[in-house]
Amino acid sequence: MPAAKTTVPFSGTKEQEESLLKVIADLKDEKGALMPILQKAQDIYGYLPIEVQTMISNETGIPLEKIYGVVTFYSQFSLNPKGKYQISVCLGTACYVKGSGEIYNALTQKLGIEGGECTSDGKFSLDACRCIGACGLAPVMTINGEVHGRLTVDMLDDILAQYE
Amino acid sequence: MKSLEELQVIREKMHDRVAIRRENPELLHQGEDSEFPYRLHVLVCGGTGCTSSGSQEIRETLEKEIKAQGLETQVCVIKTGCFGLCALGPIMIVYPEGAFYSMIKVEDIPEIVSEHFVKGNVVRRLLYDETTKTEKILPMDETNFYKKQHRIALRNCGVINPENIEEYIGTGGYQALGKALTDMKPEDVIQTLLDSGLRGRGGAGFPTGLKWKFAAGNDADQKYVCCNADEGDPGAFMDRSVLEGDPHVVLEAMAIAGFAIGATQGYIYVRAEYPIAVERLEIAISQAREYGMLGKDIFGTGFDFDIDLRLGAGAFVCGEETALMTSIEGNRGEPRPRPPFPAVKGLFQKPTILNNVETYANIPQIIVNGPEWFAAMGTEKSKGTKVFALGGKINNTGLVEIPMGTTLREIVEEIGGGIPNGKKFKAAQTGGPSGGCIPASQMDVPIDYDNLIAIGSMMGSGGLIVMDEDNCMVDIAKFFLEFTVDESCGKCSPCRIGTRRMLEILEKITHGQGEMEDLEKLEELAEHLKHNSLCALGQTAPNPVISTMKYFRDEYIAHIVDKKCPAGVCKALLQYKIDADKCKGCTLCARNCPADAITGTVKEPHVIDSAKCIKCGACMEKCRFGAIYKE
Repeated sequence: MPAAKTTVPFSGTKEQEESLLKVIADLKDEKGALMPILQKAQDIYGYLPIEVQTMISNETGIPLEKIYGVVTFYSQFSLNPKGKYQISVCLGTACYVKGSGEIYNALTQKLGIEGGECTSDGKFSLDACRCIGACGLAPVMTINGEVHGRLTVDMLDDILAQYE
Repeated sequence: MKSLEELQVIREKMHDRVAIRRENPELLHQGEDSEFPYRLHVLVCGGTGCTSSGSQEIRETLEKEIKAQGLETQVCVIKTGCFGLCALGPIMIVYPEGAFYSMIKVEDIPEIVSEHFVKGNVVRRLLYDETTKTEKILPMDETNFYKKQHRIALRNCGVINPENIEEYIGTGGYQALGKALTDMKPEDVIQTLLDSGLRGRGGAGFPTGLKWKFAAGNDADQKYVCCNADEGDPGAFMDRSVLEGDPHVVLEAMAIAGFAIGATQGYIYVRAEYPIAVERLEIAISQAREYGMLGKDIFGTGFDFDIDLRLGAGAFVCGEETALMTSIEGNRGEPRPRPPFPAVKGLFQKPTILNNVETYANIPQIIVNGPEWFAAMGTEKSKGTKVFALGGKINNTGLVEIPMGTTLREIVEEIGGGIPNGKKFKAAQTGGPSGGCIPASQMDVPIDYDNLIAIGSMMGSGGLIVMDEDNCMVDIAKFFLEFTVDESCGKCSPCRIGTRRMLEILEKITHGQGEMEDLEKLEELAEHLKHNSLCALGQTAPNPVISTMKYFRDEYIAHIVDKKCPAGVCKALLQYKIDADKCKGCTLCARNCPADAITGTVKEPHVIDSAKCIKCGACMEKCRFGAIYKE
């Protein structure tokens, strides 16, 4: 998983910080609390920039390098902010044999970005995911969690237009 | 609630309500003075597949329409888990008729309510078409998709409301836990599992009773029971369906496991990609605590057991048992060397057992019905049933539970309804990135753990992806290697480097630069990976390559020697051409070519310049005369 540092300046709010501190206070005495804390922190901020990791390190006493190691290990943790609309194309086997690879490539061309990136206007980000389990609808993608199934390349323009 | 007597009271109260939807629809007419006086039960699938195709909106519209017609005291709508036939979603079943409505749309609801619910006329045109071939509507259990199935792990999926513990109790739920705690000793529970012949459903097929026996034999101040719900094989969704459709069965089995090995704490490690499953588990755990099925002094026996959820974060390797435990501990999910095995030093260095969701889903039934009942199903060394997620090029995509020993041909041709568009079966892939491809020549082998290994694949967790003549087997092998390269955790070098070298060779072959020696190199690397990797991810990563090379060597050779991809998938080996006899010179293709590779004058045959062609296929899609072909 490439772990490029984001160039987007960090702009966390006071409310976000308060919710994070509360999450940490609630969880930090549990065994193996780091994963749940990171998951909640990503819910709060949308991603896990180094500033957020530093806060977690300060509050829990877990070394920052360990936190960074965990964040960069799991593909669901992101060091980069996501787009307003997050597109996730399933590249699981059932979708792949039904042509989801072409859907994914067509999206990279249409949006002008690679997987893991976000369009410059902040609107769309694109990721490949591993099987969301909607294999009966293959090939599928999700946009902000909404599932679009039985896709063909022709349908993509119309679908993207719904999110303009 | 604390006592077994109180459990019986709920069971009796709820029994008829759930029995209506299974064996006894006639109970419905006797229920008028019961607590549950509805004359129709409408079951709407709330699994991921049907939810993705809009079942939530269906349910909401249905409830609104029922209210508008004043039927809310007569008709109840129940959100269930998966019925299995995901290809036909959204699905809705109405009892007592057992009317199986498939692919319903919101616009169909008023008609179903006014015709069926009010007037009693089933709307035949909206039923699953196989059930309407004769005048009498065919019961669901007699359709090709269902008739060869035998549901143990999935018995409550699509029958009960998974968010209501009382419905689970009504099907006999938590009876097994009651029996284990009051009538059995821990060693009796373990012996029952040993006698049943149950083997782990997560892939490797290790005998479950033996695993428990090892953990029970190690003394410690704390032991743990873990559930592996990190279903990472792409194309597999059995565990998700159990969690979504029947979450309490997993909780009950884990509590039984806790009693058997002497543990008081359980963890379920579930994929964050399964939001519905996570939500239903959270509801189930809180209801189980409220009813005293989890917590302190269960059934007043002095036995304490509780369960917490832990969410994964998108790392395939965390499905490996030691990596899963490392992840629960809050670390990078890297595997640890074994020994020590988890039964000795597992989670937080304490004796631990880890079983897969489907394994747990079998256990309460084994305790209640006895080991002989379970051992009577299946083959000599693989007992019971197995759930498969059917996907890929097959008509009835969905979830099936079949007795061990069923053949691939029965699954594909009968249950699965064959291959769409009249195409030919080429192979079925089982076991995901750790498994292999089964060719047409092996379709009559009875499926069980040992037979699948003998033919170069493995059971895996139960994904079964069907491929037809349009799929390139070299490309499929490459697809799985890309997956393992991506998901290799990097801890050990055979896996980290070996998978990448294998992928590079496959890329070379699919780009038309392969040489015959590459096949030997692949075989040599495969051996190294198998014997030297730290965990099963690396040890099994070469399987997709080995099995496709074994059964489809001619395809590899076509790529290497003839520089052709017989299935027409590998782009670098394709050429798009125009059939001059069919081309009308309409210029549509030339106008749509993004690379300006097509030239020609109006009303004359056009030509593709293969040096400029980027092989996007846009011309072929646009041509109205079928004049463009690839070879």
